[in-house]
Amino acid sequence: MTGLLGVALPAVPLVAGLVGLLLPPSPKGTSTGEDRARRAAIGLGVVGAAGALVVALALLARVGDPVETSTTWIDLGGLRVTLGVRLDGVAALVAVAVAAVALAVQVYSTAYLRRGPHDDVEMDHRYPPYAAQISLFTAAMLLVVVAGDLILLLVGWEVMGLCSYLLIAHDRRLPEAPAAAMKAFLVTRVGDVGFLLGIALLGVSAGSFRIADVLAHDHTTGLLTTACLLLLAGVAGKSAQFPLHTWLPDAMAGPTPISALIHAATMVAAGVYAVTRLFPLFEAAPAALAVLGVLGSTTLLLGALAATAQDDLKRVLAWSTVSQLGYMTGALAVGAPAAALFHLLTHAAFKALLFLAAGAVIHAVGTTLMSRMGGLRRDMPVTFWCTVVGLGALAGVPPLSGFWSKDAVLAVAQAAALDGTGPAPAWVGWLVWLAGLLGVVLTAWYATRLLLRAFLGERRLPLLHPHDPPAAMRWPVLLLAVPAALLGLAGFVRPFADRLLFPVVPALPPGEALLVHVGPELLLPAVLLLVGAALAWAGWRREPAADPADALGPLRPVFAGGFRLDDVQHALVVRPATALARTVRTGDEAGVDGLVEGSGRAVRGLGGALATLHRAALPRAAGAVLAGALLIGLAAVLIGGSP
Amino acid sequence: MSLGEFLLVAVLATPAVGAVLVAVTPRDRAARLVGTAVAGLTLVAAVLLVSGDRGWSAFGPAPAVLPWHRLDLPWVPGLDLRFHLGVDGLSWPLVVLTALLTVLCCGYTVWRVPAGGTGRALVALLLVVEVGILGTFLALDLVLFFVFFEVVLLPMYAIIAGWGGEDRRRAARKFALYTLLGSVLLLVGVYVVVAEAGTADVAALTGGTGLSRGTQLAAFTLLAFAFAVKSPLWPLHSWLPDAHTQAPTVGSVILAGVLLKMGTYGLVRMAVGVAPEGARWAAPALGVLAVAAIIVGSLVCLAQDDLKRLIAYSSVGHMGFVLLGVATLTATGIQAALIGNIAHGVITGLLFFLAGAIKDRTGTGALAELSGLRETAPRLAGLLGFAAVASLGLPGLAGFWGEAFAVVAAVGRGGGLWTTLAVLAAIGGALTAAYFLRLLRQVTHGRPTPAVARVAPGLAGAELAAWTPLMLLALAVGLVPALVLGFAAGPVDALVGVLR
Repeated sequence: MTGLLGVALPAVPLVAGLVGLLLPPSPKGTSTGEDRARRAAIGLGVVGAAGALVVALALLARVGDPVETSTTWIDLGGLRVTLGVRLDGVAALVAVAVAAVALAVQVYSTAYLRRGPHDDVEMDHRYPPYAAQISLFTAAMLLVVVAGDLILLLVGWEVMGLCSYLLIAHDRRLPEAPAAAMKAFLVTRVGDVGFLLGIALLGVSAGSFRIADVLAHDHTTGLLTTACLLLLAGVAGKSAQFPLHTWLPDAMAGPTPISALIHAATMVAAGVYAVTRLFPLFEAAPAALAVLGVLGSTTLLLGALAATAQDDLKRVLAWSTVSQLGYMTGALAVGAPAAALFHLLTHAAFKALLFLAAGAVIHAVGTTLMSRMGGLRRDMPVTFWCTVVGLGALAGVPPLSGFWSKDAVLAVAQAAALDGTGPAPAWVGWLVWLAGLLGVVLTAWYATRLLLRAFLGERRLPLLHPHDPPAAMRWPVLLLAVPAALLGLAGFVRPFADRLLFPVVPALPPGEALLVHVGPELLLPAVLLLVGAALAWAGWRREPAADPADALGPLRPVFAGGFRLDDVQHALVVRPATALARTVRTGDEAGVDGLVEGSGRAVRGLGGALATLHRAALPRAAGAVLAGALLIGLAAVLIGGSP
Repeated sequence: MSLGEFLLVAVLATPAVGAVLVAVTPRDRAARLVGTAVAGLTLVAAVLLVSGDRGWSAFGPAPAVLPWHRLDLPWVPGLDLRFHLGVDGLSWPLVVLTALLTVLCCGYTVWRVPAGGTGRALVALLLVVEVGILGTFLALDLVLFFVFFEVVLLPMYAIIAGWGGEDRRRAARKFALYTLLGSVLLLVGVYVVVAEAGTADVAALTGGTGLSRGTQLAAFTLLAFAFAVKSPLWPLHSWLPDAHTQAPTVGSVILAGVLLKMGTYGLVRMAVGVAPEGARWAAPALGVLAVAAIIVGSLVCLAQDDLKRLIAYSSVGHMGFVLLGVATLTATGIQAALIGNIAHGVITGLLFFLAGAIKDRTGTGALAELSGLRETAPRLAGLLGFAAVASLGLPGLAGFWGEAFAVVAAVGRGGGLWTTLAVLAAIGGALTAAYFLRLLRQVTHGRPTPAVARVAPGLAGAELAAWTPLMLLALAVGLVPALVLGFAAGPVDALVGVLR
């Protein structure tokens, strides 16, 4: 029964998505036809996501001991690929988060992607494929969550990349959207080169791709380290870790609900989740964890610094996701998958909330630039207070959710640094801990700045009449504010904490390990938080009209451009690849094919020359015939007459 | 005559007789309909070949080739040539794919005849090509195999030269002469084997029995050269882009869909099977060339500026994955090659159909003149997106299995060389994604160009009828790879068994 629920989890949104793709994408002509297709698409999308949520909740209620089902999918020369699910407490919790955010996004989109009174008459949102793609996206992520086989996981993993591509390119009015979509798919796909090779190594070594078999097999250390490092490439692509994070800020070209989906529940969560799924392997490969620690810390600081200098509301949030993902991978690097998952869940709640609230702002103001907002608090109170909750959770204001989960990460990093408790060397602990503490200051600073620039002070565009969003957008935001505020407290709830801490063996003695810690070490992050927020506030107080980010001085453009890593990527990868492609094309056409064509021409030339030789006037031809006859006769006499 | 023998004969005789029927039917449209019906009958017979006893229940050591059905008749008794046909898990999927693509192409021709000649002649030639290809896959006699291999050449030449694009004559000549060079080598290779072994029976020859090591090396080299031209393997590929680009849509579909598979099938069944010693000796070189094909093919596609030419070059890369699978000489690799063969046939067939549809509608194949297709023809753009995504090897669709498991097989071989090849092949997979995304970005996104702006959104019924089976197959084979590989484990294990 539980296994069946596990199968139903991705199947429900998958069916909704596939049926939705069959709806007419853009019915020209009668408006009634369009309305009908749109209504059907909305129904399918919402029912698919709601169904997935119900199944996930049922699964969460039922799951106790880990459940594993599998049947052979295909046997390729002794390598078994299985179809099956692997369900434990973690899978159920993450599935609930994914389905809940997906439902919120489906409902929210119905209002967000509606032709407004001011829109162009030709504007056509093409809602049916959009909703269907969200359903497919959800299904793919849920497949990753429940998959009991590495190849099956890879299916969900890559289909997610495709869905992100389709959805980021959805808005046909944005000229930059196709490039951003292509970048998202391609960068993650480059990471997946490593992911596929890592899976291949593990599968070949274990003789099976079933996760249980791979975990149970006794791999050699060298193979394990190599495989884990290769897997990390894929994880870095999906979870936007340095240096493969570059796609995430550009992905803001997608509609805002899609940003919420990508940043909260799908895509970026998949990488972290996949590592926790295979964590026993990583635990045995400290070198890979050390690399992950370095990447995670770099990502954490890079994202936070870049977030300080953005003017685009969505880009601040995007870079903050990069930074928060650094916390999660940092927690993994110091050997605490439970803390990473805890932060993943709270982050899913508050980041979905923040993006949907930001969508409400953009919907009302018509721009994403904070320099054109300001003073929205009075006209949009619901949005304002929800954003306050979301930003508070992001920065880690007690007792909001982010405070507890970030503290869980910092506590294990501190333990790894001071006591050397993690599987990786102690310096990794130090790195993650210090980066995490610095990150708290930065996060508080940019969160405060965002709030001040967008909602407080004077309105910078006086002609606007902003208002809180319609019900279909308001309710998802309001409901997401609840877990964003309170989910952290769930860390004190035994069943919740046990599911994260002991996903495989739920019945360990209680009280041994804790997810959340209450003690004096909570003070340090709290103080750092105050410092960061106070710095931003002080700058704003001095001059409310100015941007606190001006204080960055000459560093601002560097931060705003994400340390110009896009240019580096362009110079080191894109340009050489295209130049190489041109060279190879020329070489292939002129060299390889030239040889073929050349030999053809040479043969023709030779034939022509021989033909010319044979073309002769009668006297010469007759002479040649006589000479030939003479020669043959001579030869016959010499050879035939010798015996 | 048992049912199996009857079916084997029917699969070859139906299109052969049908071609004559089509040629003598007076009215053009009626002739095309007759041709489609004949191709449909052939498909039914081809599918039915799977019926009956497929048992692998021989006592003692299993023979290296054990067909489900076989037909063994004396052909030219004076020369000891036999008309020996058989079908097993290696050949059956290819037989069905050939029959299916021919039906779709004939049906498509009922709807639209490309400029250059009558539809009747085109359909008749398609059926003759089908006879040759099916015979190649069914032949269990080396000489017979060669004969069928050659039957394909001239009708295909005529299709390209008769109904192709502007530069069709040159492309057709190049195709014919280049592959003829391969055929000459094949003929020499066949006679090297037959002369030393004293038999042309593939079942008896498989495993290299009766051949000295030197003969095996020579035979493998000759046969592999011949099949490498057909497959094609870099650097013997340069006939392909010209032929594919200039051929009419149905010609491109048959060329890419099944004609290339004669090369890879021959490599697995004839070259590797008959000269395993030679295969082991040449495997590293084959692997290196296969990976070179993957990388070069994808890079050329990345810098390509013509739609059909890009898809043609993508075949070079995809067939590189298939050949890499074969080169590993492992059961995993050969199975990956089999499913890669089928997937490439289905997906690239679909891609050529779509490219032809776009070219027919816009009158151009230049990427620079195509943009914004999703604005004017969302369904066509969606289908192109689906085919491109399937072709770049998205897991869950057919293309994934062959490419991923060619890499897995190379990893499984271990050692520095094969690991390097696996890494390079995986990078080639990322490059494949790069050029297909570039293609989609150019063709479907953005503002419509004048050429695209006049495209009507609708699709013809005949087009949907031709494309839907391929789409469904791409999905079905991706989800249920056992459709292709379900019967292959036995023959592949037997083949790998003789390699040890």
